[in-house]
Amino acid sequence: MANDTYSKKVIEHFQHPHNYGKMKNPDGVGKVGNPICGDVMHLYIKVEKEIIKDIKYETFGCVAAISTSSVVTDLAKGKTLQQALKIDSNKVVKSLGGLPEIKYHCSLLAVDALKKAINDYLSKKKNEEKK
Amino acid sequence: MNPVRNYKLMGLSNRVSMRNKNKKISNGVKSIYFDYAATTPVDDRVKKAMEPFFKEKFGNTMSIHSFGQEAKIALEKSRETVADLINAKPNEIIFTGSATESNNLALKGVVFARRSLGKGGFAAHIIISQIEHPCIMETANWLEKQGVNITRISVDKYGLVNPLDVKKAIRKDTILVSIIHALNEIGTIQPIEKIGKICCSRRVYFHTDAVQSFGKIPIDVDKMNIDLLTASSHKIYGPKGAACLFIKEGVKIEPILHGGGQEMGLRGSTSNVPAIVGFAKACEICKKEMKKETQRLIKLRDKLIKGVLQIKDSHLTGPPCGEAGHLEKRLPNNANFWFSFIEGESLVVRLDLKGIAVSTGSACSSAKLEPSHVLLAIGLKPEEAHCSLRISLGRQTKEKDIDYLIKVLPNIVKNLRRISPYGK
Repeated sequence: MANDTYSKKVIEHFQHPHNYGKMKNPDGVGKVGNPICGDVMHLYIKVEKEIIKDIKYETFGCVAAISTSSVVTDLAKGKTLQQALKIDSNKVVKSLGGLPEIKYHCSLLAVDALKKAINDYLSKKKNEEKK
Repeated sequence: MNPVRNYKLMGLSNRVSMRNKNKKISNGVKSIYFDYAATTPVDDRVKKAMEPFFKEKFGNTMSIHSFGQEAKIALEKSRETVADLINAKPNEIIFTGSATESNNLALKGVVFARRSLGKGGFAAHIIISQIEHPCIMETANWLEKQGVNITRISVDKYGLVNPLDVKKAIRKDTILVSIIHALNEIGTIQPIEKIGKICCSRRVYFHTDAVQSFGKIPIDVDKMNIDLLTASSHKIYGPKGAACLFIKEGVKIEPILHGGGQEMGLRGSTSNVPAIVGFAKACEICKKEMKKETQRLIKLRDKLIKGVLQIKDSHLTGPPCGEAGHLEKRLPNNANFWFSFIEGESLVVRLDLKGIAVSTGSACSSAKLEPSHVLLAIGLKPEEAHCSLRISLGRQTKEKDIDYLIKVLPNIVKNLRRISPYGK
């Protein structure tokens, strides 16, 4: 199917996005994108016993950027870090009932933000352990 | 590709079916169209004028029998009506299928005529601006690949071309200057009379893409020294599939569609009589109602601009409103804004969900990631150009529609800013 329209699910997430907003004292932060390209995502996580207890994001971007942010945070919430690292763009696209092809980069962006936030947490933890 | 147009390629079938469903509900979601710069609905009077030419008067204008002659008469009458709107002679109007075709014919046709005259092949020079519609931009790019030299004139922060820049850019081998009359995105009206005068004195052909201005503001091809002009039917409440190119008597031009000799040998193709009759009727109505409609639209537009600019960190793009000397430099029906910290497509879709159809100049909707070339040309930073919103008014726009837009827009902007990492 020529997928050049937004699915119902995408519009739902866009209209009522989950988990958006800034987080106070996050354990890990992932910042990706570039305002010049029109997409920026800041993703924040709180980790307890290697489980993502809370997750939030702030996104500047199109419908796809906002709905992929919303869905990737849904997918990661409550998961172990290892499970969350396994979330890939295919999974995000699938959970949204598909994405227009020219918007695939938005799903990559969301996944990258999540990975970056987890890695940020892990490297901070490593540094603390060294101390 | 034009990002403004490309947005529409994105289907959005869910919301279309939602809207259609809502129409059936008596107290359903409002559905207000604010995208008249993209296209307009066909006027009832136009539709009525077209009606007989589908089944009763269906003849081919090239046929010698009565059916053909009936169609031929309608075609020539239409030519007179269209010519009349811009003070041209009927034999100076060539009907085409679209403004894109007219613009292609204008640029390629003049270059081809030059070659057939044996004056140096494709080694000619054409001047355009940086803010042309993609169908001029892309045609010029293609001609450049064939060896034509192209100069692209820059504009000021309001999108205005300085006629002196055109004058300076004209060279010995310049054959054509093509400058858009009114900008589709930000509504700037160019000083084409001055540019026409310069071209005339330098004996260079002057073409203008008048798709957005034709039928909306007065055009006099004679007074404005225009040699070629593109106009389209579907922007003025006529049907899609009809457009024209005005070609001043004596201008040397070659066809790009060769065929059965229609349109004085300049455009082979069976004449689309119903659409052309509709186009002519649309022109007739515009001529009659232009003055009154312009005044009405300016009033609504200025109310809209004033209302929208109440929103914090909102910016008007293009010529300012209410400043003496600039009012007449903006199309009566165009308003274009950008809102800091939020992206245009998100804004358009949130508005659509509230029953308001507007447009964006944002690149996020196009396959390329670059924002609108027009907004970059007027000096917006890419991150600002991504945040643009075009609102264009038309015949069905009422004051209460403006009120509704002004009422719902601030909350939509506020909610999207809550999601954004910027501006806090």
